[in-house]
Amino acid sequence: MTPLARRLLLTTPFVAAAVGGVGFYTALQRQRTGVYNPRGVPSALIGQPPPDFVLPELPESGVASFGGADLRALGRPVLVNFWASWCVPCIIEHPQLMKLSREGVPVFGIAYKDKAPDSLQFIRRHGNPFHRLAQDVPGRVAIDWGVYGVPESYLLDAQGVIRWRYAGPITDEVLEQDLRILLRRYA
Amino acid sequence: MVLVLLMAGPALAVSNPADMLPDPAQEARARALGYEIRCMVCQNQSIEDSEVGLARDLRLLVRERITAGDSDAQVKSFLHARYGDFVLLRPPFAWNTLILWATPLVALLAGFGLILLARRGATATPPPAPLSAEEQRRIAAIEAAIENKDGTKA
Repeated sequence: MTPLARRLLLTTPFVAAAVGGVGFYTALQRQRTGVYNPRGVPSALIGQPPPDFVLPELPESGVASFGGADLRALGRPVLVNFWASWCVPCIIEHPQLMKLSREGVPVFGIAYKDKAPDSLQFIRRHGNPFHRLAQDVPGRVAIDWGVYGVPESYLLDAQGVIRWRYAGPITDEVLEQDLRILLRRYA
Repeated sequence: MVLVLLMAGPALAVSNPADMLPDPAQEARARALGYEIRCMVCQNQSIEDSEVGLARDLRLLVRERITAGDSDAQVKSFLHARYGDFVLLRPPFAWNTLILWATPLVALLAGFGLILLARRGATATPPPAPLSAEEQRRIAAIEAAIENKDGTKA
């Protein structure tokens, strides 16, 4: 065996371990900030218009309800957010939705399988980021969107085509690293 | 202990009797279909095996579609249009799943290839050089010893 081959044989496992370590560290870091979601599943609705639906408003919320037709006629990107008062990650996500809403990005909410008084209490306590708010108590419209948990958000472009789906709370990192760029891309 | 294990019996699908269809044939169809639909929340269980709320919603949805007269394929494509390939526990055969389906065949062919290569390598080994006069003499001695069966030289 040549000295070079010996040296290669000795260093290869160390290099492999180092590369693996860096890989795992990055994956864990991206998981922690929410940028990478190992349980994330691609949406079947990407590139399609939103499903047709009509949902009731949340009484006393001060904002009107919306349906599939409203999303198509908006003429600018909109974030559709499925949430619930019983959903703990929704509390983590809420400040980011408030921030977007304050900046004038249309955020439309759908309260998923939630009791109306609980939804109302949630937005009274944490603030209402939603320009429109609908209730999906049976959760059937959510199935038409392919929702499999809350919170879950969909970004629609100016033509009302679904461009991006995020399953899980939109953390500050997800907002800054992904969503802001997508909003500019589809503006 | 053994008695307890025997009494436990097979694990039954989570199913509220009130959710079942009155027609046993339709219920059987719904159940068979449900075992092929992934619970998107738990991800490694079918909707018939899962206790999650969404799995129950989908169980009811499957039953609703069946009552409405949908075929099994129609129910599956209904869910596939909403949740994508992942919702089907048996992945469809398509371009993007080609690697998944072709891997066993490729591995098998690669194995055969390796066997063929190894065999060709074995036959390609040159025949041993002929024995020298000294080796011929030693061979004769060894064979004689074997003949005598006592290990001593003749």
